[in-house]
Amino acid sequence: MGIKLLIHNDKVPGIETLAVYRQMGGYASVEKALKTMTPNDVVEEVKKSGLRGRGGAGFPTGMKWSFLFKPEGVERYLVCNADESEPGTFKDRYLMEKIPHALIEGMITSSYALGAKTSYIYIRGEYFYVARILEKAIEEAYAAGWLGKNILGTDFSHDCFVQVGGGAYICGEETALLESLEGKRGNPRIKPPFPAIAGLYGCPTVVNNVETIATVCPIINMGGEEYAKIGIGKSTGTKLISASGHINKPGVYEIELGLPVEEFIYSDEYCGGIINGRKMKAVVAGGSSVPILPTELILKTAKGEPRLMSYESLSDGGFLTGSMLGSGGFIVYDETTSIVKNLYTFARFYHHESCGQCSPCREGTGWMEKILHRIVEGHGKPSDIDLLWDIQRKIEGNTICPLGDAAAWPVASAIRHFRAEFEEYVNHPERIKDVKHYYSVQQVSEAQL
Amino acid sequence: MSTQLNGAQTFDKNKLTKIVFSDDTMQTVQKMMKRYPEGKHKSALLPILHIAQAEFGGWLSPETMDYVASVLNIKPIEVYEVASFYSMYNLKPVGKCLLEVCRTSSCWTRGAEDVVKHLEKKLGIKEGETTKDGMFTIKTVECLGSCGSAPMLQCGASYHENLTLEKVDALLENYRKAGKQRSYTDLDYKNTL
Ligand SMILES: Cc1cc2nc3c(=O)[nH]c(=O)nc-3n(C[C@H](O)[C@H](O)[C@H](O)COP(=O)(O)O)c2cc1C
Ligand code: SF4
Ligand code: FES
Repeated sequence: MGIKLLIHNDKVPGIETLAVYRQMGGYASVEKALKTMTPNDVVEEVKKSGLRGRGGAGFPTGMKWSFLFKPEGVERYLVCNADESEPGTFKDRYLMEKIPHALIEGMITSSYALGAKTSYIYIRGEYFYVARILEKAIEEAYAAGWLGKNILGTDFSHDCFVQVGGGAYICGEETALLESLEGKRGNPRIKPPFPAIAGLYGCPTVVNNVETIATVCPIINMGGEEYAKIGIGKSTGTKLISASGHINKPGVYEIELGLPVEEFIYSDEYCGGIINGRKMKAVVAGGSSVPILPTELILKTAKGEPRLMSYESLSDGGFLTGSMLGSGGFIVYDETTSIVKNLYTFARFYHHESCGQCSPCREGTGWMEKILHRIVEGHGKPSDIDLLWDIQRKIEGNTICPLGDAAAWPVASAIRHFRAEFEEYVNHPERIKDVKHYYSVQQVSEAQL
Repeated sequence: MSTQLNGAQTFDKNKLTKIVFSDDTMQTVQKMMKRYPEGKHKSALLPILHIAQAEFGGWLSPETMDYVASVLNIKPIEVYEVASFYSMYNLKPVGKCLLEVCRTSSCWTRGAEDVVKHLEKKLGIKEGETTKDGMFTIKTVECLGSCGSAPMLQCGASYHENLTLEKVDALLENYRKAGKQRSYTDLDYKNTL
């Protein structure tokens, strides 16, 4: 068993309640921080821990916190990004649903570090029932004095609120999230200014992912240096991985960073191998936005070294032969999967979710969906493959927010690694006509018996 | 994203329930507005729209949106532009049970298309349509964060996961029997099936 710091208690009955959470050592980080540390000490510990944002970009959290602008007399905010809409990602939901107090505790400790009197948890609207779980946990925390005025008799007071969204992937982008939190359309803002200077209501704001904030608790409890010993190199600590697709045991796993990808996929402790004993074809390692890799390249880097679950190893080789850890949304595809059809589901997704502000993204995602649709339907032309390539290149880097890149990368990587499959589709549509490209629900349930 | 606000054409004046929050709901709404700093109560717009949608027939008619604008003391256009941006707000009437089937990659790999086809066959409607009795609407949606329990569908606040066709049948039957409107704000989410 690897080290677990976040969801080690997930099976403890009643862990969603404050009483049980407390029995298991919960809220220790709040006690330690408020009673024995200055806010700056907390920031320093987080810096030492090497923690990197778990929302996707992997930006060092301590550094982000130290950028926060602190003018006298101006409110500062901590906003938790619980929008979790990246296809393949469901770890934040698991954490909030099972151990809601882990997030609340992290919100208090982090807010103390940042000097935020108020924090908001922005959760995607579809997780309405999870929002209720969080609200209950917050009520409990208020009643027990962990939230509210003068926490633990100190002069630190804090209020934490849950805010539900309305269903829009783009609201996971931090500035779109802030717009949405202000009751507006989720249009990403042009940066600079960055949220650390002008965020929510124009005030300095830190936006962090659910898992990032929850991880602050073990860091404060064990100390940043101890935490940094876990993991590998600059990928310190543990990471929640959402595993889905054609594996025997889909679910959320906490891994120590540096675990070999092969072990993660085939070991019974994790994914338990490929469904029906089939061969693996490809993996999307970090949520839909990161490049897809064929089996050879997900198990080993281009240099022939074993690929590890870490920021560095997964991106080894750049986009030519590597990918990214991203949000940790690990989707596995077996040998029967049509990469082209799968890509179509992604292209449709990005077109649906583009906010429409910039034309390369708005128009480009639309065209990519349209072209992939005709290819999948057997009406593609050989020139369509190059056309797709051309469109994705014109989107990448030319948009206000990274959604444009996120839409381009899956297309680029699918063509790069599976061009022959696209050619089969456009040159021999008759061959693909009757092929079934996914498991039927019946097959899946039989495989699981 | 759809920006059409064409609910008015299908709005049935005869079925008009008076669009005013009950005292209870109004209290919740006002509490919500207090979560934000002085003058920033517009922040409560998204959650309040969910409540309005649940209370006034499962969709946001222009009348409902105008009412929400008056409650928040903002311009109606500020409500329309938000309601039309987010996918959870229905700008046209939907059935009592809005069956939202995830169709994105992880669900697709495990048979989401079968689920949609099965629903279409069982209910005799196409995706996007509502049954004549006003009970069910089928909608396909993008990833709902349940990829590890694919295929799945959401109805109101409930997630139905690891679907099989038998499970889908049972679900339809139970929903039909219960006959009630499902909303995202259902309190009894765990017991809603
Ligand atoms: C289109 C888009 C969607 C995103 N969705 C999420 C999300 O659902 N959850 C999240 O934590 N970060 C998401 N991010 C990243 C956030 O913008 C931001 O970097 C993150 O919340 C910062 O938190 P962290 O430093 O703790 O990772 C998204 C970014 C983009 C461009
Ligand atoms: S890149 Fe796409 S989603 Fe991002 S701001 Fe531009 S149009 Fe909107
Ligand atoms: S892909 Fe269906 S819930 Fe994520």
